[in-house]
Amino acid sequence: MGAYLVRRFFLMLLTLFGISVIIFALLRVMPGNIVDILYDAAGYVNPREKAKIEAELGLDKPIVIQYAAWIGGLAHGDLGYSYVSERPALEEIAPRIPITAKLAGLALCFAVVIGVPLGVISAVHQNSSLDYLLRVLSLSGLSMPSFWLGLLILMAFVAYFGAIPIYTAPPKTLWDELLLLSVPAAAVGFRSSALMLRLTRSSMLEVLRQDYIRTARAKGASERSVNYHHALPNAILPVVTVIGIEAAFLMGGLIVTETVFNVPGVARYLVTALTQRDYPIVQNLVMFVATIVVLINFVVDMLYAVLDPRIKYAES
Amino acid sequence: MSTLDFDAELVKAGAGAHGRLARLRYLVWRNPLGAAGAAIMGLFVFAAVFANVLTSYDPLSTNAALSLAPPSSAHWLGTDPFGRDVYARIIYGARISLAVGIGSTMLGSGFGIVFGLASGYLGGWVDLIVQRVMDILQALPLLVLALVMAAALGPSLQNTIIAISIPLIPYVARVIRSNTLALRELPFVEAAKAVGMSELRIAARHILPNTLAPLIVLATAQLGSTILTEAALSFLGLGVPEPFPSWGRMLSQSAAEYVRTAPWLVIFPGIAISLAVFGTNLLGDALRDILDPRQRS
Repeated sequence: MGAYLVRRFFLMLLTLFGISVIIFALLRVMPGNIVDILYDAAGYVNPREKAKIEAELGLDKPIVIQYAAWIGGLAHGDLGYSYVSERPALEEIAPRIPITAKLAGLALCFAVVIGVPLGVISAVHQNSSLDYLLRVLSLSGLSMPSFWLGLLILMAFVAYFGAIPIYTAPPKTLWDELLLLSVPAAAVGFRSSALMLRLTRSSMLEVLRQDYIRTARAKGASERSVNYHHALPNAILPVVTVIGIEAAFLMGGLIVTETVFNVPGVARYLVTALTQRDYPIVQNLVMFVATIVVLINFVVDMLYAVLDPRIKYAES
Repeated sequence: MSTLDFDAELVKAGAGAHGRLARLRYLVWRNPLGAAGAAIMGLFVFAAVFANVLTSYDPLSTNAALSLAPPSSAHWLGTDPFGRDVYARIIYGARISLAVGIGSTMLGSGFGIVFGLASGYLGGWVDLIVQRVMDILQALPLLVLALVMAAALGPSLQNTIIAISIPLIPYVARVIRSNTLALRELPFVEAAKAVGMSELRIAARHILPNTLAPLIVLATAQLGSTILTEAALSFLGLGVPEPFPSWGRMLSQSAAEYVRTAPWLVIFPGIAISLAVFGTNLLGDALRDILDPRQRS
């Protein structure tokens, strides 16, 4: 088990290293850089000015040197400076993280609380009209673009409450903030809850087909006991894995939803920085996202080993 | 005793389906949802191909006088801020969505097949390297990777297709690889090698056809994914550029500002996207039930 952990850890580092190289190279390949953006309003870029600014920012050095500078800085906790605001990147990114984290957490809660129980119900009443209704609903949930759902929610709010739950000023209390974030969280979480529903349903159905369920019924266990005491704990395992993976993929939905609801989080900042060619911000944000995804996958794998004693990680 | 016509008796009893049309009817009867999905997709393909038949309006011509007209008998779904007919833009937008969706799915699957086959069949260090590259590609969420690639390549139709296809490669590669690993141990591969077939021919002629079933299921699911990703990229301004009519970009131009004043700008493009993806999901589910019952949901 220990050897496996160490091996996985090094693989993780290797993956992160690979991502850092790719993102660094991709950014340098992009058409236009920060100077072009700065001079965009003027409509004309003075080549001497451009060279001067590039030298200032270190953009004229060979790519390998630039990369080494960035990675070296990371090791010391220095993420570089934002090209746009000229403040340390860490200062720009750090305050945005808790907002996105709260949004993601709320969305996951929404997804699990709604998706898993409904999936169980759907499986237990398989092929009933309730099951079909839930299946069609979940499929539509998976088909709707989350930003469209966000826009529809905005429309509904405008029509019924006359107010738009858009983030304009930082809320005063935690409760206010959670309340404000719950609307975009519902928009993002809807898609995840549909996934949870389908997965829980299929997992439950798989488990209910097993022999030990038949044994339980033969022993006279009530249907309720069979479903919730025997089947559910076993069906939950793959769902736990997917919750972990979903947490990572939530980022995609967050990007568009934060844009729609104007939430000043990390995801929306990524898009803004990308459009502005703010390399240091984009590099560090992408590394941040990748690190979170890789860490979550790692934790989920370990969790799965703990929850299911049948999984052996022995080296053969 | 007169002889019984067994076939006729069986058919009367409702068994078996002879002839292509009868088999198709049987498939539809057994998989109504899948048939509905196929019909929806067929509708969109029809709209994409025969766009100029379905509407006489030009999706690109602006007309400031008609700006923001609500749905009427002249403009069934209203007009946008530039005076362009929304219905026409949705119909022509089907071309873009399907082009990007099918294009990127095929491109991603193509590369995925190559990498998966190479990785699974050749093994060794080829497998190691390809697996690590796939790990890297999968470490970023789909939209984030597509976003960065789209920004790196610049906004154009071809670049959007490329940008969306890249995150798909690892999924296809993994499925193909695991099937290849299973298949290459089978006796018929050994037999082919004994006869002297080259590795490439074995991989292409023997292994690949047997991995197609899960691949078709995956590709259909990914089609829905690519349509959604294209919509998201265009919504953020980094996807298909002007003047192509893209459903996603139609939604970004109408974001929040027109929510109050022109709801038809928000409702209809979204319905188009959702319906198209819904169709692919239905079709994908049905195909999975038919081709690979182990994955039933």
